[in-house]
Amino acid sequence: MPYPTDFKYTKEHEWVKADGKNATIGITTYAQDSLGDIVFVELPKVGSELAAGKTFGSVESVKAVSDLYAPASGTVTEVNAELATAPEKINKDAHAAWMVKITLKNPDELNSLLSAADYEKFVVEESGH
Amino acid sequence: MSAVETTTPAVRKTALNAVHRQMGAKMVEFNGWDMPVEYPSSGGIIAEHNAVRTGVGIFDVSHMGDIRLQGPEALAAVQHISMNDASRLAVGQAQYSALLYPQGTFVDDVIVHRLGEDEYLLVINAGTREKDFNWVRDNTCQFTCRVENLSDDFTQIAIQGPKGVDLLQKLTDANLSAVKFYWVTRGTVCGLGNTLIARTGYTAEDGFEIYIPADESTSATVWNIVLEAGKEFGVVPCGLGARNTLRLEGRLPLYGHEISDTISVWEAGLDRFCKMEKPEFIGRAALEKARAEGLKRTLVGLEMVERGIARDGYKVQDDRGHEIGYVTSGSFAPFLKKNIALAYVPPEFTNIGSTVKVEIRGQGVKAQVVPTPFYKRPKKN
Repeated sequence: MPYPTDFKYTKEHEWVKADGKNATIGITTYAQDSLGDIVFVELPKVGSELAAGKTFGSVESVKAVSDLYAPASGTVTEVNAELATAPEKINKDAHAAWMVKITLKNPDELNSLLSAADYEKFVVEESGH
Repeated sequence: MSAVETTTPAVRKTALNAVHRQMGAKMVEFNGWDMPVEYPSSGGIIAEHNAVRTGVGIFDVSHMGDIRLQGPEALAAVQHISMNDASRLAVGQAQYSALLYPQGTFVDDVIVHRLGEDEYLLVINAGTREKDFNWVRDNTCQFTCRVENLSDDFTQIAIQGPKGVDLLQKLTDANLSAVKFYWVTRGTVCGLGNTLIARTGYTAEDGFEIYIPADESTSATVWNIVLEAGKEFGVVPCGLGARNTLRLEGRLPLYGHEISDTISVWEAGLDRFCKMEKPEFIGRAALEKARAEGLKRTLVGLEMVERGIARDGYKVQDDRGHEIGYVTSGSFAPFLKKNIALAYVPPEFTNIGSTVKVEIRGQGVKAQVVPTPFYKRPKKN
């Protein structure tokens, strides 16, 4: 299975990995494949508040701009600075190229997200294969 | 039970459509055409772009249109509708030009090829095929010449990049080293006799465009022969994504962006292709008047100074945040590895080094006026 089972997923193709009150967020390999070469990432500053379901930044390919949607609410504690100068890391390994780390405001929000199996099913349906 | 036939305008396809899909190309609709935007097997837009800059890439550009003017007054007809001076063309020579409205704005840009004593081929944009043909036909009826729409007759394949000549030479008996840039010849290509070969393109690189019969079988055969022959040069098929980033780096205009029916020749900075010494052509009078009045806006090149990508349509501001213009085309430039744009701004902002801002998602992001073209291909020794 290409999607890590210890992640949860959104229908907007973000992943979140929870570790107690902390969580790490990124976008899935399906997202990076759809986007093509990623050339720019705009991420929030440390201390910003994320609200589940609301946009928290954007990712750009050569041809398009895509909003990033927060899988869960919380406060940004760390931002992956590498992505400012090497956004292509997301294309190389989307599940390793984390974008932000947050302290979760309400860890229960994760319960409504998709499991790896459900996300994979969703992706198959969405891509029409 | 009866079936109701509805005819809705279907998206058009080139003869190579099935081949692109078979190669796994990501497809997109462009001006009514189902076209490849990039090929994952090539490595995507950035890889395709850089292949053209350093080696060779091939493009299906059959969506472009072709209009032939032939007859004793074909030159006079071309001179009337085209702003450049076609009388300077020797047989086998081509030039960039534009068809203008009486107001001096653009019907379309065009490459005018002189194929014979009294035979000219205009190659025009995909989205303006019908408009251009009607325009040419309606504005040349006073001249003794035949005007034909040959757009559906050709599959047009562009072979672009410094190794393009080496690739194509393997497949033709024509002596390509004798064909200078913006000249054409005819030769046998992939076994097809009398094929038109033009040393033209839209990538700001050396390269060729070949015009072959538009049937699917011939088109697919030639496409595959070219790919096979190009393997030793690292050839990749390239889509519209790379086509756009390549032409942008070279400051080549795109209809609907840098040029349109509301933009004049002077604003677009295409003066050197507009021969005002020609006594007459459609749009000349308006251009003469406009030249005397002076420019209200002009096209400049921008390079982003702060982080951000300027994109088509984004507003341009002065350094205090007041709107002064807009971006016509903007993107990450894969070869230059910078974020660049073309934009219309008032004349007072056109000095190289002027600072402006581009409004990106509500924020003014600093950019600087830079010379264009952003990229110029190195001279071959």
